[in-house]
Amino acid sequence: MNTMMVLATTKTIPDLLVFFVGAAMILVGAVGVIISRNPVHSALCLVLTLFGVAVLFIEQQADFLAVVQVIVYAGAIVVLFLFVIMFLGVDRTEELGEDRLRGQRPFAVALVLLIVASIVALGSEAKWSGGASSVVGPNQGPYQNVADLGKAIFTDYLFAFELTAGLVVIAVVGAVVLARRSADSNSDDADAQLLSAQGQPEGVDQ
Amino acid sequence: MSIPSSWYLILSAILFGIGIFGVLVRRNVLVMFMCIELMLNAANLSLVTFSRTLNDVGGQADVFFILVVAAAEVVVGLGIVVTIFRRRATANADEISSMKG
Repeated sequence: MNTMMVLATTKTIPDLLVFFVGAAMILVGAVGVIISRNPVHSALCLVLTLFGVAVLFIEQQADFLAVVQVIVYAGAIVVLFLFVIMFLGVDRTEELGEDRLRGQRPFAVALVLLIVASIVALGSEAKWSGGASSVVGPNQGPYQNVADLGKAIFTDYLFAFELTAGLVVIAVVGAVVLARRSADSNSDDADAQLLSAQGQPEGVDQ
Repeated sequence: MSIPSSWYLILSAILFGIGIFGVLVRRNVLVMFMCIELMLNAANLSLVTFSRTLNDVGGQADVFFILVVAAAEVVVGLGIVVTIFRRRATANADEISSMKG
């Protein structure tokens, strides 16, 4: 009994430490995303948040998702963001001062507080029963996460998995079509706009 | 696993709120996109928490699919941003107020 309690307490301290480190990474990164004037800094703060989420995934024994989070989000999506930021040349500081819509910021603060409060209230009021406690299959402890997840995806979620394959193909084709320059448009004009990259909106007359 | 799941859920609610605030307040289209990613991550965090609490791998499978869809969404969205930038030479959402191409 006593040794059990000692084991429990010694297990608690690293868990708490990991949780608070991950939570601090998430919150600092998220606040950095929305207060950075430079979009490049926002993207780098986003990396911090994504790593924090990966840390909390590992803390919750979702090992495979933590690895995928780092590879896909931090490795691919943020690099894509940075590439587009550099490509468009919008890596300049943005004025955060004035709003075109008057009183937008106080209304945004009020709305966000309302939403977070209602989410927390709903969560604390709800009865978390659910139906069957294990629809797909339980987590079979550590070191089994990849096998469990793979079995779930390739048996119960096989149709959804095939649909995501189609979705990814559509997304790739759509991105190529969107980013391609059409042959008949005046691409020199587009290049000039891209190089000058001034902030004024230009009427499109072609 | 001694961290109560309510802590994770409150953390993900706060992260979701920060994402909403960014989408509402920021004017740069790319930063608004990043804030949408913040909200997706908040949802992923709560799904993994429920997967642990209910002892069901299905929540983690959902997060897997959300990751795939988020990647596809970012690809198409950034393609749209590049196309808009070619036409208007701005990444400011206030100045993209007309649907006329």
